[in-house]
Amino acid sequence: MREQKKFRIPIGPQHPALKEPESFSVALKGEKIKGVDVRLGYNHRGIEKACEQRTYVQDVYLIERICGICSHTHSTCFVQAVEEIAALAVPKRALYIRTIIGELERVHSHYLWVGVAGHEIGFDTLLMYSWRDREVVMDVLAMLTGNRVNYGINCIGGVRRDIDEAQITEVLKAVDILEERTKYYIDVATQETTIIKRLSGVGMLTREEALRLGAVGPTARASGVDYDIRRDDPYAAYAELEFDVVTDNHCDVYGRTVVRLKELMQSFKIIRQALKNMPQGPISVKAPRKIPAGEAISRYEAPRGEDVHYVKSNGTEQPERVKVRAPTLANIRTVKYMLRDRYLADMPIVIAAIDPCFSCTDRVVALNNSLTKKREVMEWQALRSYSIDWYKKQGIDFTKLNKKLKPT
Amino acid sequence: MLYQLFSILIFPGFLFLAVASQFAEFLDRRIYARLQNRIGPPWFQPFADFIKLIAKEELIPSAANPRMFKMMPIFAFSSAVCAFLYIPLYRAHSLFYFDSDLIIILYLMTIPTLAFFIGGWYSTSLFARIGSVRSLTQLFAYEVPLFIGILSAALLADTWSISQLSVFYGSHPFYWLFNLIGFGVSLIAILAKLEKGPFDIPEAETEVVAGSFTEYSGRHLAFLRLTLNVEMVVGSALLSAVFLPFGYEFGACIGFFIFLCKIIFIISLLSLARTIFARMRIDQMVNFCWKYLVPFAFLQLLFNLVLKGVLVR
Repeated sequence: MREQKKFRIPIGPQHPALKEPESFSVALKGEKIKGVDVRLGYNHRGIEKACEQRTYVQDVYLIERICGICSHTHSTCFVQAVEEIAALAVPKRALYIRTIIGELERVHSHYLWVGVAGHEIGFDTLLMYSWRDREVVMDVLAMLTGNRVNYGINCIGGVRRDIDEAQITEVLKAVDILEERTKYYIDVATQETTIIKRLSGVGMLTREEALRLGAVGPTARASGVDYDIRRDDPYAAYAELEFDVVTDNHCDVYGRTVVRLKELMQSFKIIRQALKNMPQGPISVKAPRKIPAGEAISRYEAPRGEDVHYVKSNGTEQPERVKVRAPTLANIRTVKYMLRDRYLADMPIVIAAIDPCFSCTDRVVALNNSLTKKREVMEWQALRSYSIDWYKKQGIDFTKLNKKLKPT
Repeated sequence: MLYQLFSILIFPGFLFLAVASQFAEFLDRRIYARLQNRIGPPWFQPFADFIKLIAKEELIPSAANPRMFKMMPIFAFSSAVCAFLYIPLYRAHSLFYFDSDLIIILYLMTIPTLAFFIGGWYSTSLFARIGSVRSLTQLFAYEVPLFIGILSAALLADTWSISQLSVFYGSHPFYWLFNLIGFGVSLIAILAKLEKGPFDIPEAETEVVAGSFTEYSGRHLAFLRLTLNVEMVVGSALLSAVFLPFGYEFGACIGFFIFLCKIIFIISLLSLARTIFARMRIDQMVNFCWKYLVPFAFLQLLFNLVLKGVLVR
């Protein structure tokens, strides 16, 4: 038989399977994947640097915009680090409210993931159903915080809004509905034949490989790594709440689905407990504008895994350094391993199974010129004139367009 | 002569088919949406889509072979329309018929898939090529069970002419109940032929963007989409003529109504399958066809052979 030719197809930066720009260059042999090159850097926004140029109060809101889905994760993680440096005693009630919002966020994130996973395996019915039910939790979040995403509930030293009795009954009602729906989805995912066929055995990641590649969150827990920041390094009110860490030994995409769905049930348990045990009292303490010099690392169990923030202060209103390690950065390395020798058809679901959030993860990529062995950094103006020249060579002249657009 | 021209061009030929196929798309999308708890498009949406696409600019990749690229949508469309002329709708006899026209219909229905393959291949896009190869791989998997399923129903009637088949089942009421296995097999195979439901592998958007159609735009894309809709009507009309051959004796009006009911029933089944299954992988699809569909088709064949010895002499 003739040797089949390998060819490369670009999945991304723009591709229907990806919700954010990211480049996966796939070497294919027939339908089999022979190698994947992952390249970050299409979505970099320079938030870490921008944080250094703003005050702590502004940073809370900027940090919240790292991710549209786990916005509360990032703001809580940052605020925790700052509070640790400033040695603020945050009131108990504020910690409980943070926990409740955090768990509701996990619920909406996991619901979102179920829908995306359904879409990636061509099962749009699951997408439509789960996103319809997701509206319930979105409405609850809007009621509690005023926003569907980017809640803006955290401030340094506590939270900005209290939860009253009427809201508690509303939340409990919504949790009951969601719990029932979650049970239904667990049934669907564990019994529907075509789903199981598409998910089980796909994207295998053994426990050893998960530890070696540094996987976090549901990706690691589905490979039997019993690790959850909420239990192992409790923050907010988690130390006082009772819940189980869900793990699974399937080590594949099916396992990750099961872990996420079962985690939803634990989230409902946590929300109920937190609402019941929430102590009375103030919801914030006054924080100083200038944070004393020091540094702190804060960890948070985001829906996607462990989120790490590092903050260094120098005694002024502005932090000296802010560093964010979003969970996707820890998980993205596993994708390359999981895709080896799989089919092209498995690619979207394997990428989706780590629940990637590329804008959280993105890093600046500096390229080394392979001929001169030199690292080239282009300034903004140089890049602009380079692109204008490039288009001129293609026969498109933007300089004229520019003149036309100028006001007369 | 004038009547024949009318039949070919207007009713029940080209114009009726074009309108019916757009309604079939509407029905399919609407049922799909309602089952998914959505509202779905209004009835004129497929027409609006078609008109919009017709008006859009056509882009042909510079590396593509322009003649092949432009010809394939027309090829696919015309062969699908031709197949429709041989299928009996509200009378036992179709518009045109001759011996063994069943084979011609099956042959004409294969051409669109081949045209998609060639069109995708000549558009030189990587996604289109993968999609084309997939649709051809799929063709080899579903074609055999589809043929055996439909031909075993014809075997019982001892004819390869679809009109005579209808006459036979008309004179032997309830004989069509013997062909239910074949009906199930052919329904699944038609699903694969229409690239719908769990078998939309060649145009799986999360993997290969739009498969063979990736590079098509404007008028050509409009005709490719129309072809898929026409195929849906032709496929369900064929299934209804072969497997649900009853209700021809009531005259044109009621007969036509019964025909519409049958078509709507089959399209609803197709939409239902699309709703409740996740997309298969190409290897799973081929496995499924050869492991389950083909044996069942052969079971129907065997059953009909035995039945023919017992019942029909």
